[in-house]
Amino acid sequence: MNAPEQMKQFRHVGTRPVRPDGVDKVTGRALYSPDFKAPGMLWGAILRSPHPHARIIAIDTRQAEALAGVKAVATGRDLPTLESLVMHVGEGASDIVDVSHNCLALDKVLYEGHAVAAVAATSPEIAREALALIEVEYEELPFVLGVEEALAEGAPILHDNVFTKGVDPKPDKPSNAAMRVEMGGGDVEGALASAAATVTGRYSLEPVHQGYIEPHACVASWNGDGQAQIWTSSQGHFSVRALTASVLAMPQADIRVTPLEIGGGFGGKTTIYLEPVAMVLSKKSGRPVRLAMTREEVFRATGPAPGAVIDVRLGAAADGTLVAADVEFLYHSGAYTANDAGAGVSSAIGHYRIANTRVVGVEVLCNRPAAKAYRAPGAPQVNFAVESAMDELAGKLGIDPLELRLKNAVVEGDPQTTGLPWGRIGYVECLEAAKAHPHWSAPLGPNQGRGIAGGYWGNYGGPSTVNVSVAEDGTVTVATGSPDIGGSRASMAIMAAEVLDIPYERVRAVVADTASIGVSMVTGGSRTTFATGMATVQAAEEVKRILCERAARIWGVAADQVEWRSGEVTCLDGEKQGQVMSAAAIAGRSFHSGGPIAAVAALSAKGWLPGFGVHICDTEVDPETGHVKIVRYTAIQDVGIAIHPDYVEGQIQGGAAQGIGWALNEAYIYSKDGKLDNAGFLDYRMPVASDLPMIEAVLVEVPNPSHPYGVKGVGEVPIVPPLAAVANAIHAAAGVRLRDLPMAPDRVYAALHPEG
Amino acid sequence: MPSPAFHVPDSVEDVVALLAADPTARPLGGGTDLIVQMRSGRLVPGSVVDFKRIAGMTGVRHEGDAFVIGAATPCTALKADAALAAAWPGVVEAANLIGSVQVRNRATMAGNLCNASPAADSVPALVAAGATCVVAGPSGKREVPVQDIPVAPGKTSLAPGEFVVEICLPAKPAGGGDAYLRSTPRTEMDIAVVGAGVSLVLDADGTCTSARVALGAVGPTVVLVEEAGKALVGTKLDDDALAAMSQAVQAASNPIDDKRGSVSYRKAMAGVLARRAVLVAATRAGAKA
Repeated sequence: MNAPEQMKQFRHVGTRPVRPDGVDKVTGRALYSPDFKAPGMLWGAILRSPHPHARIIAIDTRQAEALAGVKAVATGRDLPTLESLVMHVGEGASDIVDVSHNCLALDKVLYEGHAVAAVAATSPEIAREALALIEVEYEELPFVLGVEEALAEGAPILHDNVFTKGVDPKPDKPSNAAMRVEMGGGDVEGALASAAATVTGRYSLEPVHQGYIEPHACVASWNGDGQAQIWTSSQGHFSVRALTASVLAMPQADIRVTPLEIGGGFGGKTTIYLEPVAMVLSKKSGRPVRLAMTREEVFRATGPAPGAVIDVRLGAAADGTLVAADVEFLYHSGAYTANDAGAGVSSAIGHYRIANTRVVGVEVLCNRPAAKAYRAPGAPQVNFAVESAMDELAGKLGIDPLELRLKNAVVEGDPQTTGLPWGRIGYVECLEAAKAHPHWSAPLGPNQGRGIAGGYWGNYGGPSTVNVSVAEDGTVTVATGSPDIGGSRASMAIMAAEVLDIPYERVRAVVADTASIGVSMVTGGSRTTFATGMATVQAAEEVKRILCERAARIWGVAADQVEWRSGEVTCLDGEKQGQVMSAAAIAGRSFHSGGPIAAVAALSAKGWLPGFGVHICDTEVDPETGHVKIVRYTAIQDVGIAIHPDYVEGQIQGGAAQGIGWALNEAYIYSKDGKLDNAGFLDYRMPVASDLPMIEAVLVEVPNPSHPYGVKGVGEVPIVPPLAAVANAIHAAAGVRLRDLPMAPDRVYAALHPEG
Repeated sequence: MPSPAFHVPDSVEDVVALLAADPTARPLGGGTDLIVQMRSGRLVPGSVVDFKRIAGMTGVRHEGDAFVIGAATPCTALKADAALAAAWPGVVEAANLIGSVQVRNRATMAGNLCNASPAADSVPALVAAGATCVVAGPSGKREVPVQDIPVAPGKTSLAPGEFVVEICLPAKPAGGGDAYLRSTPRTEMDIAVVGAGVSLVLDADGTCTSARVALGAVGPTVVLVEEAGKALVGTKLDDDALAAMSQAVQAASNPIDDKRGSVSYRKAMAGVLARRAVLVAATRAGAKA
């Protein structure tokens, strides 16, 4: 693709070596969280609410406790009473009281599947049998599932202590509108009134699940001395520790969380569901306790991405210059205040220069599982609406949809929604790459159409700790606190090998537990290759400095008379000039020449940049059945510099596949009595391999000047544009504009055959 | 909760005796429905009777130009029988739309039939083909048309102690062709929203001399739409005949509204898929385009 701005010659960065965790994963040896067993372990199970909204009057656990083999029973009363405290761990903020009540309900259940009690027994069968013996007396309450219904006068209120945040003055009545976020400026109505062309539309999306293959599972062991161990897979074991310790009101250092391999998270494993419950059961029973969800429990009780209702108005001058944007959306929060509205507001229209804007987002509580982060949380929903509207506007103006985007695309120095100037971003570069790509001008067959959409995600930096140490033979271990979801072990090894200029295979990267490395934020926000990578580079540089210093000491020359060349120290001084000393030689003598060689970098990475993507989608629509086939798909993305291009392409392909699933078939279906009717992969239809063409990932490299190797986050951007890219392609193929997701065959058919 | 007893008898008589002794007992062929239902708690059999190892239960037997398919024969094995795949491609394709490759390496057509789902993929194709099955029971064996096995969702006409041991397909008639098409949101790993099986015979000048049209997922059981077949017989499958056939199919469709499809969409698709299946079957029967 386009040439990097700094033509650095890399030895390892940009190569595609085999990932160090690959063999164990493809041969089934890798230890995922449902695989883990501890000696003497009990099997836990959770009783869940059959009602979408009810008051818990009483829970009688006596019969369950009396069952032979049952060692502990727990309810919400076994968790400590906490003061409200908003914690910024995981991805976004959570009130620890909500986290606790979501793990085990206290006075009310807020959705079907809400945990109300738990047991630990000597076998899974006994645990399940014990659940059936727990008697819960409920007072059923009216429930509400839709965002507009939840805001209507007289709607059942989920929490009587929630007063809409972000509204001044504070409202005097509790509301299901948990939070309101507004940004913008200028004269939107005036600009729309004088615009040459305007479009208006209302769009809707259902909640969708992250769809990770590995269900949530953990083993907890809480010892008599108050110290505990937890083995679990998550996107951040330090977040698991912080949240679990806070829910249980205990010191964080008393919990050691060991990360197990993770079978997918996509944002959904940035919080906790099971760990405090397993801890309480372990304390009560005196034994390690395993809790593992079934797929059905994952669907009923863990966070979906919010559904939404979105209103968009756009206005442009005759030459295509955007003059006004008015976007207002309601996002499903589910049972507790979620975090998507803020990101939705900031990523709605930031990819275009528009003088007059108003963007409003509202988080709406309703009787569904609490919404949780899902890949670019909050962005794909509003992007679907805005990029569909852009397509419609291009049609009205008679301007090519790619040219309309190019004309208005933000460049470095343009103001962001916050008013701060954009840094070295690559939206224009992506649009130019799309225009030049053969896909954009390829011929189409009958019933086929082509759509395009652009979008971005802000990405993040944040805290990471890395320890780089040198073994006596000169091989190198990189220990991080970042769970490896997308190939980060390989990326860290590449970056350390690049700094040290040694073979990739001489560097091994591991994910260390909470007692073995310093605090690191979750693997989320597309931050790990950027932030943990920055710490890896910093620690490796320090190791290189130490190795040089040691060599100088051994040679008896001044520290500035040695130089690191090709993975060894070269002497520049006197008669030893030209002599070399390998890392193995230095490390082999390290016990007697200054001690072991290691360096820790603990930093909070700054200077992250957003990633922009442009997706081109060809669909073929069956006019008689409404079936949509994705015929060709190209995803173009500014990735900064790709450290390991295979894993960057994998992220882009995976994000596009998830976005296509969201567009076409994924949706939660509820029965009239407020219960989830498709809690499984059969009727919750994620795409299977045969539903998708090969997704071509095109890497555009606009390096991030703030990162030693130019890294920008890549994992979340690719789920942002697909929803509108598919909708725009369907419009191009069949002439119908679908504003409600999913665009399943029956919906497309209904649009094509309005007569019924 | 005691685990069910697990039996591996070596004769049909022993299977019948075990099934007759316990009304909650279930025969195990591929197990791709049974085990899922047991794990979900929907079915709690007192015993499971695995009949796979009984001689003749797995494999396709040729009797002249007719075919006898053992009840434990996995769907993928049907594809490997070249004569069967050439004679009844619609049946073989239908059986190989069920689930995924991994599922079909275990799943059987007999199981698909006896699970009695209205959406079973292989059943409309078998019914269109005029297949029968051999049922073994306490009073010996009887031969039953395939469409008489399911009586309601999840319910069969099998009496206590009875199980299906074979599925029989007749010889392909001269000028015959069959096809099965289904509508699902996904390409694989899905359940038919509507399925349509067609078997027809064309004479030398392209006139249809017999036709059977069977539908899945538009009623409590698979539906053999005799009027749809009649609309084709005596015609050269011209547009009017196809339209009349589609109308008969829609009139015979009595689907439910559920998470997998609405009444109106299912009825519309039944007409479209039946017409498309007729055209595929006609091509296979040798019709000129």
